[in-house]
Amino acid sequence: MDEPRGFLRRYVFSTDHKVIGIQYILTGLVMGLFGAGLAVLIRLQLGWPEVPKTLLGVWLPNGMPGGIMTPEFYLAVVTMHGTIMVFFFISYVLVSGFGNYLVPLQIGAKDMAFPLLNMLSFWVALLSAVVMLLSFLVEGGAAAAGWTAYPPLSAVASAVPGSALGQSVWLLSMALFIASFTMSGLNIVATVFSLRAPGMSMMRLPLTVWSYFIASILGVLAFPPLTAAAIMLLFDRHLGTSFFLPAGLVIGGTVLPHQGGSPLLWQHLFWFLGHPEVYVLILPALGIAADILPVFTRKPPFGYRWSVYSLIAVGALSMVVWGHHMFVSGMSPFTGEYFSLATLTITVPMAIYGVNMLGSVWGGAVRLTSPMVWSLGVIALFGSGGFGGIYLGNATADMQLHDTYFVVGHFHLMIGGVTMFGMFAGIYYWFPKMFGRLMHEGLGKAHFWATFVPFFMVFFAQHFQGLQGMPRRYYAFSTYEYLREAAAQNGVISMLAIAVVAGQFIFLANFLWSLFRGRVAGEDPWQATTLEWTVPSPPPHGNFVAQPIVRRWPYDYSVDGVSHDYVPQTATASEAAVTS
Amino acid sequence: METTAHIADRWGGGTCPFDAGWKKVMMWSFIVTDGLLFAGFLGGYGYARTMATVWPDQATVFTLPFIAAMTFVLISSSATMASAVWSARHNQRAAAVRYVWLTLAGAVLFLGMQAYEWTHLINEGATLSSNPWGDPLFGAYFFVTTGFHGSHVLIGAIVLLVLGINLARGRTTTENVEMAGLYWHFVDLVWVFIFTCYYLL
Repeated sequence: MDEPRGFLRRYVFSTDHKVIGIQYILTGLVMGLFGAGLAVLIRLQLGWPEVPKTLLGVWLPNGMPGGIMTPEFYLAVVTMHGTIMVFFFISYVLVSGFGNYLVPLQIGAKDMAFPLLNMLSFWVALLSAVVMLLSFLVEGGAAAAGWTAYPPLSAVASAVPGSALGQSVWLLSMALFIASFTMSGLNIVATVFSLRAPGMSMMRLPLTVWSYFIASILGVLAFPPLTAAAIMLLFDRHLGTSFFLPAGLVIGGTVLPHQGGSPLLWQHLFWFLGHPEVYVLILPALGIAADILPVFTRKPPFGYRWSVYSLIAVGALSMVVWGHHMFVSGMSPFTGEYFSLATLTITVPMAIYGVNMLGSVWGGAVRLTSPMVWSLGVIALFGSGGFGGIYLGNATADMQLHDTYFVVGHFHLMIGGVTMFGMFAGIYYWFPKMFGRLMHEGLGKAHFWATFVPFFMVFFAQHFQGLQGMPRRYYAFSTYEYLREAAAQNGVISMLAIAVVAGQFIFLANFLWSLFRGRVAGEDPWQATTLEWTVPSPPPHGNFVAQPIVRRWPYDYSVDGVSHDYVPQTATASEAAVTS
Repeated sequence: METTAHIADRWGGGTCPFDAGWKKVMMWSFIVTDGLLFAGFLGGYGYARTMATVWPDQATVFTLPFIAAMTFVLISSSATMASAVWSARHNQRAAAVRYVWLTLAGAVLFLGMQAYEWTHLINEGATLSSNPWGDPLFGAYFFVTTGFHGSHVLIGAIVLLVLGINLARGRTTTENVEMAGLYWHFVDLVWVFIFTCYYLL
C-alpha cells in the first residue's frame, strides 16, 4: 500500500486503521476528562450540599448561582456524566479505539475491510462528541432525563429546563453516534470474517479479537431498535405524536393533548439496546485482560475454548434479558420470572470466563508489570461487581434495590471499573506498539494503586448506601430523616471519588512523558506471541511487509524444547511443535 | 456434500468463509441491522395494538385492492431485479441494463402510488397526531413506518439509477449489481411485513 504523504493525509484525514484507532483513543480520553469533571461536580454536591462553592458559582452562574447547585443542573450533570462516560469515553477509547487499532493487526490484515468508511465513522463520531458537549450551552442547558432518556421527562419540552433544546441536541448527538458506531461495527464484523491471514482460523484468534467480534455483532444488532425509538421520540417531541405519552398527563398544571402511547415502550426499546450495550463495553475489557494474563504469567490461558464459548453465550443471552431493568416498571410476574431466570443464566458463562482468568494466573511465572496489575484489577472488579448482579437480576431483590445506590455501585464496578481497568491495561500494554516507547513502570503502578483503592471503596460503600434505601438521582439528602446515617457517608465517599479523579493526572503525566522520553520499545518488548509484535513499533502503513502466515494459536508460552519461553504465531513447525 | 475438512478449510483464514467478498458480508450485516430498525417500528406497533382497546378497521380505512396492486408492483420489481442479477452474472450486459431500468420503473411507480395513498388519507383528515377513525397512534405508526419504508425505496431508486448508468457505460462490476439486488430484495421483504401487519392483520 502506498503511504500517503503530507501531514493532513497521514495524521488527520487518514484511512489507516492505526491512526484512526489512536484518534478515537485521544478523543475518548479528552471526553473522559469532561466526564470525570462532571463526576467531581456530582460528588461536591452530594458530599457538601449546603456549602457554597464560590469559585464554581463564578464559572457556572446559571447552574450554581452563588456556588449552590440547582436541582435542575444536578440532573443535567448526572445525565451528561452517564452519557459521556458510556458513549464517548469507554465506547471511543476501548471499543472503537482499540478495536480499530488491534483487530487488523492481530488477524494479520493490512487494514480494515473498508478503510474509507472507517475514516467516515471517526469523523462522524468526533462531530457527535462535539455536538454533545455543545448541548451545555443551549437555552435551558443540557439534557436532564438521565442517560436512559425515559419519557415523559425526555418527551415533554416543559418537563425540566434540560428537556427543551438540550434534549433535542442530545438526540441529535446520539443519532450521529449510532450512525458512526454502526459503520464501525459493520467494518469490524466484515474484517474478522473476511480478512484473517492464511492459517488464522477462528480458534486461533486471540481472545481480544473474539471479544471485539462479539461486541461488534451485539452493537450492530442492538442499536437499530434504539434508532427507531429515538426517531419516535423526536416525533413525540416536535410533531405531536404520542408514541411514548399516555393520556391525561399533567405538567405544570396543564393537561397535555397526547393520548394512547406508553412510556413503557421506550423502556423496552431502550433496554433492548441498553443491556447488550453494557456487554459491548465490557467484553473488550475482558478480552484484553484475558490476553494480557498469559503474556505475564508465561503460560497458555486456562480454558481458551471455553472462554470463547462463554463470550458467544454471553453475547446471545445479553439480547434476551433487557427486562431485568424494568422489574418495577410494571411487568407480569411471569415475564419477570423469565427475565430473572435468563439473567441469572448469564452467571454461568461469566463465571466460567472469570474462573478461566483466575486459572490463567494460577501457577504462572508472574511478571508484575503495569499491564498485568491492571489486568488483575479487572479480575478483582469483575468478581466483586458480578456478585451485585446476582442480587439485581433477581426480581424479588430488585424490587427493594431498584434505583438505589446499590445499582449505582454495581454498574460503576462493572461498566465503570472493569471497562476502565481493561482500557488502562490495554493502554499500558499497547502504548509501546502505538508510539514506539514504553510507559514508565513505577508511575503505571502508582496510577493503579491511586485508582484501585479509592475507586473500590467508593463503589463498595455505595452498595451499602443502597441497602439502606438511598435513592439515586436525588440532588441532596439533607431533608430525609431515614437517610441521615447513609447520607453522612457521602462526605468520605466524595473525598475518595475526587482522589480517583486526581489519580488520573499520574496517568496523564506518564502518557505525555513516555511519548517523548519513554524507553525505546523495539518490536516485542513484552516477549509476546501475537502478530502485532512481529512488526516494528509503530507498525508501518499497511502493517505487514509480506502477508503473514499463521501456524499456531496465540498462546505458545513455555513450550517444551524451545530455547525462548514464547513462540510467535508465525513460527513454523520446525522451530517449535504446533500445539493448537 | 461438503466434508467437515472442507468447512474447516474455509474458516481457516486467508479467505472469506462465505465464498463472497467483504463487500457482500458487509451488505448482509447492514441488511440485518436495517431489518432490526424496522423490527423496532413493528415491535412498537405491536405493543400499541396490544395496548389499544379499539383499533380502526383497516378494511374500511384503506382501499385494499389498491394496496394489493402496490404490493404486486413492488414484488414484480424484485423479479426484474433478480433477472438483472442473472443477466449480469451471465455477461448479458444489455439485458441487465434493461432489467435495471424495469426495476427502477417499478420503484418509481410504487412511490407514486404511495404518494397517492398518503394524499388520499391526508385529505380524509389523517395526521400524525389524530385521525378520523379512532386511536391517534394508528396514524402516527402508519405514517412513520410507511414513510420510513418509502424513504428506503427512494434510496433504492437512486441506487438503481446510478447502477443503471454505470452498467450501461460498462463501468461497474457484477458484484455491485448483486449488492444492489440484495438491498432491493430486502426493501421488498420489509414491505411484505408492513403489508401484513398494517393493512391485513
